[in-house]
Amino acid sequence: MHMSDGLLNAPLSVALLVIAAVGVGIALVRARADLDDRTAPMAGLVATFIFAVQMINFPILPGASGHLLGGALAAILVGPYVGALCVTIVLVVQALLFADGGLTALGANVTNMALIGTAAGFLVAVALRKLAERGKGGLAAVAFVSAFVNTLLAATGFVVEYAIGGAGGVEIGKVALLMWGLHALIGIGEGLITAVTVTSVASIRPDLVHLLRGNAKPLEVRS
Amino acid sequence: MKKFFIGFALVSLLIAGVLSYFASGDPDGLDKTVEDTGIAEHAQEHPFAGSTFADYALGGDDKFTGLAGVLGVIVVLAVSFGLFWFLRKKSDA
Repeated sequence: MHMSDGLLNAPLSVALLVIAAVGVGIALVRARADLDDRTAPMAGLVATFIFAVQMINFPILPGASGHLLGGALAAILVGPYVGALCVTIVLVVQALLFADGGLTALGANVTNMALIGTAAGFLVAVALRKLAERGKGGLAAVAFVSAFVNTLLAATGFVVEYAIGGAGGVEIGKVALLMWGLHALIGIGEGLITAVTVTSVASIRPDLVHLLRGNAKPLEVRS
Repeated sequence: MKKFFIGFALVSLLIAGVLSYFASGDPDGLDKTVEDTGIAEHAQEHPFAGSTFADYALGGDDKFTGLAGVLGVIVVLAVSFGLFWFLRKKSDA
C-alpha cells in the first residue's frame, strides 16, 4: 500500500507530512511508558518481523496481490504508541533504502499505515479484549478482526486523501470501490497472518503480548 | 527469554531472505487501483529508483532479493532496537 510520489498534490502531501510528524511525535512521547528492558527488544523484533513479512506479497486475485501492513499486529504485541513507531521505522527504511514508497508521499504512507492502521487495530482489539482473554481461539479471532479493520481503514485513508487532493480527477466512487474491494481480500490475509503471529507469541511468551497485560495493575493493590 | 528473541529474529531473517523469492510480483491493492484508474500516470519516479538496493534487488537484479531482505532486516533491527532501547524506562535501583 506504499504510495508513490505524485499521486496527491503538493499542499496535501505537506499537510500529511505534518500530520505524520505530529502523530509520530506523540507516539515517541507516549511509547516510553510501554518500553522497559524486556519490551524494548520485543518492539525491535516486531518492527523487524513486519519488515520481513511486508516483502511477501500474497496473491488475492489474478493480477493483484497484497501484503501485511502490520498495524494491528504491532498494537496487540507492543501497544499502540510503540506499534506506530514500529510501522513508521519500516516505512522509512523502505522509502530510503529500497525506493519503496515515495519521499513526499511518506507523510501519507505513515499516516495511513502507521497511524490510522495501528490506531484502528488497537481500538478494535481493546474493545474485544474480554474475548481475547478467553483463550487461544478468542485471541485469534480478535487478532483477525483487528487486522481486517486496520487494512480497510488504512485503505480508506487513501480514498479520503485522493478525494481531497488526488491527481487525475478520477471519480472517487470508482477509487473507493476498487480500494475497498481489493483491501477486503487483503484484509483476510492480514487477519490470518496477524492471528497466527499473535497466538504463536502468546503460546510461548504470553507476558510479551501487550493486549493481554492490559488492566492487570489495579487488582494487585489488594493484599 | 533470549531463546525466544533469537528465534523471532531468525524467523524474520528466513522470511526476508528465503520466502521473499516466492512473493507475488503482481501489483498490490493500491497499485492495482491506481493502475486500473489511470491515476498511476501521475506517479513520479522514486528519487532513489537507481540506488543499489532499489526494489529489494541488487543493482536491479532480483536474483539478490534475499540478500536485500537480509540487509533490510539488519537495518530495521538496528534502527528500531536502538530507538526503543534509548526510549525505555530504565529500571530504578
